[in-house]
Amino acid sequence: MADHARAETLALRVQFDTAEQQKDASTLGMWIFLITEIMFFGGMFAAYTVYRTWYPTVFAVASTSLNAPIGAANTCILLFSSFTMVMAVRAGQLGRQRMIVFFLVLTLLFGFAFLGVKAVEWKEKFDEHHIPGQAEFHLEGLPATQQATAQLFFSLYFAMTGLHAAHMVVGAGILIFLIVHARKGRYSADYYTPVDVAGLYWHFVDIIWIFLFPLLYLIDRHLGK
Amino acid sequence: MGEFQLFPVQASTLAPEVDHLLYFLLAVTVFFTLLIFGAIFYFAIRYRRRSEKELPHVVHGGYTLEILWSVIPFGLTMVMFTWGASVFFTGARPPDNAMQIYAVGKQWMWKLEHMEGVREINELHVPVGRPVRITMASEDVIHSFYVPAFRTKQDVVPGRYTTTWFTPTKVGRYHLFCAEYCGTRHSGMIGWVYVMEPRDYEDWLGGGTGGGSLAENGKLLFQQLACSNCHKDDNSGRCPTLVGLFGKDVQLSGGGKVKADEAYLRESILQPQAKIVAGYEPVMPTFTGLVNEDQVVQLVEYVKSLGPKPSAQAAGAPAAKK
Amino acid sequence: MITTAVQEREHYLNASYGLKSWLLTKDHKRIGLLYLATITLFFFLGGAFATLIRVELLTPQGDLVSSETYNKLFTMHAVAMIFFFMIPSIPAVLGNFFLPIMIGARDLAFPKINLLSWYLLVIGGLFSLFAMIAGGVDTGWTFYTPYSTAYSNSWVIATALGIFIAGFSSILTGLNFVVTVHTMRAPGMTWFRMPLFVWSNYATSLIQILGTPVLAVTIVLVFVERVFHLGIFDPARGGDPVLFQHLFWFYSHPAVYIMVLPAMGVISELISTYSRKPVFGYHFVAFSSLAIAVLGFLVWGHHLFVSGQSLYAGLVFSFLSYFVAIPSAIKVFNWTATLYKGSITYHTPMLYAFGFIGLFTIGGLTGLFLAALGIDVHVTDTYFVVAHFHYIMVGGTIMAYLGGMHYWWPKMTGRMYPEGWARLSALVIFLGFNLTFFPQFILGYLGMPRRYHAYPEEFQVLNVLSTAGASVLAVGYLMPMIYFIWSLRYGKIAPANPWGATGLEWKTSSPPPLHNFDGTPVVTHGAYDYTTVMGEEIEVG
Repeated sequence: MADHARAETLALRVQFDTAEQQKDASTLGMWIFLITEIMFFGGMFAAYTVYRTWYPTVFAVASTSLNAPIGAANTCILLFSSFTMVMAVRAGQLGRQRMIVFFLVLTLLFGFAFLGVKAVEWKEKFDEHHIPGQAEFHLEGLPATQQATAQLFFSLYFAMTGLHAAHMVVGAGILIFLIVHARKGRYSADYYTPVDVAGLYWHFVDIIWIFLFPLLYLIDRHLGK
Repeated sequence: MGEFQLFPVQASTLAPEVDHLLYFLLAVTVFFTLLIFGAIFYFAIRYRRRSEKELPHVVHGGYTLEILWSVIPFGLTMVMFTWGASVFFTGARPPDNAMQIYAVGKQWMWKLEHMEGVREINELHVPVGRPVRITMASEDVIHSFYVPAFRTKQDVVPGRYTTTWFTPTKVGRYHLFCAEYCGTRHSGMIGWVYVMEPRDYEDWLGGGTGGGSLAENGKLLFQQLACSNCHKDDNSGRCPTLVGLFGKDVQLSGGGKVKADEAYLRESILQPQAKIVAGYEPVMPTFTGLVNEDQVVQLVEYVKSLGPKPSAQAAGAPAAKK
Repeated sequence: MITTAVQEREHYLNASYGLKSWLLTKDHKRIGLLYLATITLFFFLGGAFATLIRVELLTPQGDLVSSETYNKLFTMHAVAMIFFFMIPSIPAVLGNFFLPIMIGARDLAFPKINLLSWYLLVIGGLFSLFAMIAGGVDTGWTFYTPYSTAYSNSWVIATALGIFIAGFSSILTGLNFVVTVHTMRAPGMTWFRMPLFVWSNYATSLIQILGTPVLAVTIVLVFVERVFHLGIFDPARGGDPVLFQHLFWFYSHPAVYIMVLPAMGVISELISTYSRKPVFGYHFVAFSSLAIAVLGFLVWGHHLFVSGQSLYAGLVFSFLSYFVAIPSAIKVFNWTATLYKGSITYHTPMLYAFGFIGLFTIGGLTGLFLAALGIDVHVTDTYFVVAHFHYIMVGGTIMAYLGGMHYWWPKMTGRMYPEGWARLSALVIFLGFNLTFFPQFILGYLGMPRRYHAYPEEFQVLNVLSTAGASVLAVGYLMPMIYFIWSLRYGKIAPANPWGATGLEWKTSSPPPLHNFDGTPVVTHGAYDYTTVMGEEIEVG
C-alpha cells in the first residue's frame, strides 16, 4: 500500500497485495462458482437422462408440443445478449465508460426480452393444459395411459426452464448493479473486473440454455404432431 | 425386561454365511484396534516429554512403511469385498424351486398372500427347510422387509416389484420389521414370521380362509374386468394371447425384446402402453387405480398359471437363471 | 471483557466495539467467532433433541412421547447437528479463523462473501428453527421420497428451504477457501509448506463446491414436487423414488467427508505439536486428504444396496467403497508413527487427539462391515449404522473440534483454559461416548432397526446402557462450555506460543492484530520445523 491513491482508484482491497492478485482471485472465484452451477444443473440433467432413456416415445411426443420456432427465436435473443455482453467487457478493457453502460443496457434489454418470451411460452402451457399436477392435464397425441408419464416431461420442462429463468433474473440484477456503478464511472481500463466476471456468469447462463433448447424442444422433431 | 442376548439367532441358510464373514471382519477390527490403541499407549508413555528443552530427532517418512500399510489393508479389504459380494449374490438369487409368496407394504402393515390364497396381516407362516421367495410391492411409500434371524432385508419401493428369499432352518417365531422409515407408526409396522414343520404348515394352510388360490381369484378378476374380451386363449382377439406367455421372450414393436416376468406383467397391467407387443395396436387401457396391488398380484398369478408348466416356468424365471 | 488494563496492545477484539462492529465485520477472525456462537447454539439444540430421544428409548413401549413427536425429534436432531453444527463446525469456525493466518494472509480473498456466508447460515438456521417451533418435521434428515413429497404433513418445506440456504453458506465458504489458498499464500509459502490443516480444509472445500449444489437442486425438485405438484420422483407418474436417493447421497456421502476431513487436519496439527515432531509422511497425509475427497464422490451407491438398485451397481459401489479405506488407514498409521520417538505431552488437545484416533479407527473399521455387501444387507438401516456414523462424526469430528478449540483457544481469546478441568472433560467425553454408542453396534447386529419409537423388549438392556452413557456424555459436553466462558475473564493471559508450535498463527500475538501480522510474513521452512521454534539453546536429542 505504498501508493495509497493509486490503490484507491484500483479499488484494491486491504487483503490483497497487488491489483493483479485481486483480479486473479475474483476471476478464479467466478470460475469456481460456475463449476458449482454446473453441478447444480447437472442433477437435473441426470434426472432428464434417466427418464428420457426410460420413456423415449413419450418424451419425443411431448417435445413436439413445445413451440420450437419461438424457442429458436429466444435462443437467438440470448446469443445476441452474449454478444453485447462481450462488447461491454471489451469497452471495459478500452476504458470507454459510456460504451460500457450502452452495451450493458443492451444486454439487459435482451435478457428481459428472453424472459418475456419465456413468460408467453409458459402462458401457452397453461392454456393448453400442459401443467403437471393439474387434474385437467392432457397432452394431445398420447393415449390416456401415458398422460401420467407425459407429466414427467413437463415437470422436467418447468423445473429446468424455471431454474434457468431464475438465473436470468439474478443475471439481470447483476447487470442493473453494474449499470448503476458504470454510470458513476467506477470502471476503467485498469479496473473492470466486475464487468468481466459478470460476463462469465452471463455466458454460462447462455450455455445452459444452449443445452436446454435441443434437449427439450428438438427431440425427434421429424415425428410431427 | 426381555431376555438379554448378544447375538441374533441363526434361522436361515444365509445366516451362518453372513455370520462367518462377520467373524472375519471382527477379527480384523479387533486386531487393528488393539494395534493402534496399543501403539498409542506405548508411545505416549515411552516417549513422554522428559525436559522442556527436548527436541526429538526428525524422522521423515519411509516409503517402505507407507507402501506396506497401504498394501496390507488393501489386500484385506479385497478379501472382504469378494467374500461380501459372494454372500450377497447368494442372498439375491432365489433357487428355482422356491415357493412364491407375495407381500404388499402399506402404512403401517404388511399384507402377505400365499399362492393358495391364504392371506395374512403382519404374520407370515412358512415351512422349515423350503426356500421361500417373496415378491413385494408398496402401496404408498418405501418400506423395507427385514427379518434379522434370516439376515435378509429388501426395500419395497412403490412403482416396482422387488424380491427377496430365504430358506428357514429352524422352527420358531422371528421378528419381521419394517427397516425403512415410512412415517408416523414406522415402529409399529412389525410382525412375526412363524417357521413351522412342513406338516404343521400344511395343516395351517388347510385351516386358512377358503377364498380360492391367487390364480383362481385372478381368473375371476380377469373375467370381471373383461380382459378376456381381447386376450383370447386362441389368439383371435385384438390383443396377444396370454397362454404360455410367462417366462418367454416377447418381441416388442419398435424392436427389442423383453422377458415376460412378474415385473413385465405388472407394468403391462398398470401401464399398458409402455411396451407394446410387435404386431399389435396400443389399445389397452390402463388399470392403474382400478386394481390395487393385491389384485395385480392375483392377475399376475393367473397369467402365470396359463404359462408353461411349472418346471419350464421355473427355468424361464429371470431370477432363477444361473 | 477480554481486554484488561494490562493489555493495551491493539488486536482484533478491541479494534472496535459495539454490536455493529460485529454484525458488519469483514474480519475473518470475528466471523469465525460469529460462527462459533451460532453453531454452539445449534449444538445444544441438537443435543437437547438427542437427550429426549435417549430418555424415550429407556423403555421399549414408547411411552414418553408420541411416535409422531419421536419422529420429529430424530429428524430435528439430525438437521440441527448435521447442517447447522457439523458441516460448519471446523471449517467455518477454526478454518475461518486460522486458514488465512496459517498461509500468512491478511484475510480471506472475499471477506464480504465470508460475512454473507454467515448470514446465509443464520437465515437458513432461522427457517429450520421456525419449522421446529411451528410443529417440526418428521421425514428423517434424508427426506426420502415419496414420503417427503406426498405423505408427510409436517413442515418439510421450511426445513428444506433452511437447508437449501445453509447449503449456499457452505458452498461460498468452500469457494472462499479455495481461492484464498490459490491466490493469497505469503511469499515462500509453497503448497508443500502448508500445514496439513490447510490441506484438509482445501480438500473439504472441493467437496463443498462440487457436492452441495447437487443437494441444492435435489431440494428444489422436492420443493416443486410438494408445492407445485411437479412429479419428478412420483412413482404414480413413472418417476423414480430411487433416483432421489441417488441424487441425495451423491451429496450426502461426500458430506460425511466434509465433516471428517477438517477434523483430520486438526489432528495432524495436534499430534505434531504435542510430540514436537513433523507429521510422519507429510506428503502422504496431504494427498490422502485429496484422495478421500475424490473417492468420496464415487461411493454414494453403498447407501442403496437394498434399495432395489441393480446388483451389479451394488458390486461396483462396494468395490469402490473399499478404496476409501486406504487413505484413511494411511492417515491413522502416519499419526501413530509420528508419536514414535517424539517428545509427547498430555495437554488436553493431545488427549482429544488420542481419543479421535482411537474412535475414528473403530468407526472406520466398522465402515468395512457396511461396505461388505453380504453384511450390509443385514445391518443397513439398523443401529449398527447409527453407531458407525456416530463413531465417525461424534467420536471423530466432535473430538477433533473440541481438541482444536482447546488448542487454539489461547490464540483466539488471549486466555488459557483451565488444564485440569479440560483433561477431565476429555476423559468424561471419551468414556461417555463409548458407553453411549458401543452398545448400539450390538443392538444393530441383533437387528434393531433405526428410527424406532418403540422396540421389542429384548433390546432394552443395551438401550438402557446407551442412555446411561448419553447422560455422562451430556455432562462432558457441558464442562467445556462452562470453563471456556469462565476463562474469558479468569483464565491466565496466553503467551503468543504457549505450546511451542510451529504454524504462522503462533508467530503472531495472542489474540492476533487486526490484519493478523504486523508485516507480511516470509516463509523459509516447511511446516512443523521445530528447530525454528526451539532456538539454538536446545539440545538435539
